[in-house]
Amino acid sequence: MPQHTDRAYEQALDQLRTSVLEMGGLVEDQIAQAVRALVDRDPALAQAVVTRDHTVNRLDVEIDDLCIKLLALHQPAGRDLRLITTALKITTDLERIGDLAAHVAERTLELAAEPALKPYIDIPRMADLTRDMLHQSLDAFVREDSDLALKVCAADDGVDKLHEQVFRELLSYMVEDPHTISRAMRLLFVSKALERIGDHATNIAEMVIFMAKGRSIRHLDRLPREL
Amino acid sequence: MTEAPIKITVRSLGVRYGSTVALEDVSLDVPTNRVTALIGPSGCGKSTFLRCLNRMNDTIPGVRITGDVRLDGEPLYAADVDPVALRRRVGMVFQKSNPFPKSIFDNVAFGPRVHGLRDRVRLHELVERSLRQAALWDEVADRLDRPALDLSGGQQQRLCIARALAVEPEVILMDEPASALDPIATAKIEELIHELKMRYTIVIVTHNMQQAARVSDVTAYFYLGRLIECGPTERLFTNPDRPETEDYITGRFG
Repeated sequence: MPQHTDRAYEQALDQLRTSVLEMGGLVEDQIAQAVRALVDRDPALAQAVVTRDHTVNRLDVEIDDLCIKLLALHQPAGRDLRLITTALKITTDLERIGDLAAHVAERTLELAAEPALKPYIDIPRMADLTRDMLHQSLDAFVREDSDLALKVCAADDGVDKLHEQVFRELLSYMVEDPHTISRAMRLLFVSKALERIGDHATNIAEMVIFMAKGRSIRHLDRLPREL
Repeated sequence: MTEAPIKITVRSLGVRYGSTVALEDVSLDVPTNRVTALIGPSGCGKSTFLRCLNRMNDTIPGVRITGDVRLDGEPLYAADVDPVALRRRVGMVFQKSNPFPKSIFDNVAFGPRVHGLRDRVRLHELVERSLRQAALWDEVADRLDRPALDLSGGQQQRLCIARALAVEPEVILMDEPASALDPIATAKIEELIHELKMRYTIVIVTHNMQQAARVSDVTAYFYLGRLIECGPTERLFTNPDRPETEDYITGRFG
């Protein structure tokens, strides 16, 4: 790929990619820390996640500003236009993922104040899966790799199935013993948050496919086999 | 945008000036009642291509034109085609506005008079209609006898468009029609182009890519005398097929 003749523009686009990755890395870490705090019953760590959400929000605003500046000053076209519009949209998804991680941390703070309901097995698995999805969608973003992005979209089914499983398990706890309801509900919120994170990672992957290929695969009944 | 019938068909067009190849093997369809923009760096052949569409290159010494150009299916370069009659059907507006040193009225009436229109009432109607279509009437209606050269640059360019419209052409070729104008006059010309395409087929050469993006339905990218890519403007500026086009529209000039 030849460089832009306007070097400042080239640098601003590089800066945009770097900022999106920085935000993505931070959000990935937020998911990991939130779930570790849950499993380890560590309120201090959970509180740190809640506090760090401000940094995620700040990056969201900064990236939006950069995108608007690029649109206004450079009238981007072609792949540059697709990069900038993609960045605008995926930072919204990243910001939501950050909120959801903070949400998990808040539930963790509440859950840590009560005895543990059960050992956590499926929830950490969901967290690993969604974090992988997010990581790969960001990798696909940097490498403009639409095949990898398509794999991310396909992985979301696994997360949904785990959430369904967690839901049924928690339901059985609640049916058996109403005293578990408040804890089971909080865990269900956690599971739902992780399931939503998978959806946002899928949105990011879909936008990466748009960026790389110039075509939208969003809101299709089923994923295309190939691009 | 629905499919439009083809107004001009160009096949394997080549143009040489002496030993210089200006255009090579260009094939392109110009759709009716659409704006087709020709973009590309200086020397890419886009103006040469434009000038082939009304045989403006014929007069250049040493020029050799090969290939086939058809207007409504009729070959433009057939021996029996009168270039003057052709240019009545295919009008042209240039980069530098070039009104005649005459009154506003006489500028617009010039073409129709050459073509034999003498009736004063009909001539007046035609001048008014042309000036209205060129979005200039309201600004000059009360001073049609004033010298055209007293008008502003933007008004002069619209006067030239009115002059081109007065002979009732089918196609209007525009070679950088707004490059010497300020943004307001440019916006008026662009708005005018939108209006004119209801009645005419327009081909425009522009260095301003945003202008091509704004006014055209179809964009053709030329480089080094060849047509690299031609397609719907919206697609060409968001997701072009060819890497050379992508580099050009995104500002990667090697």
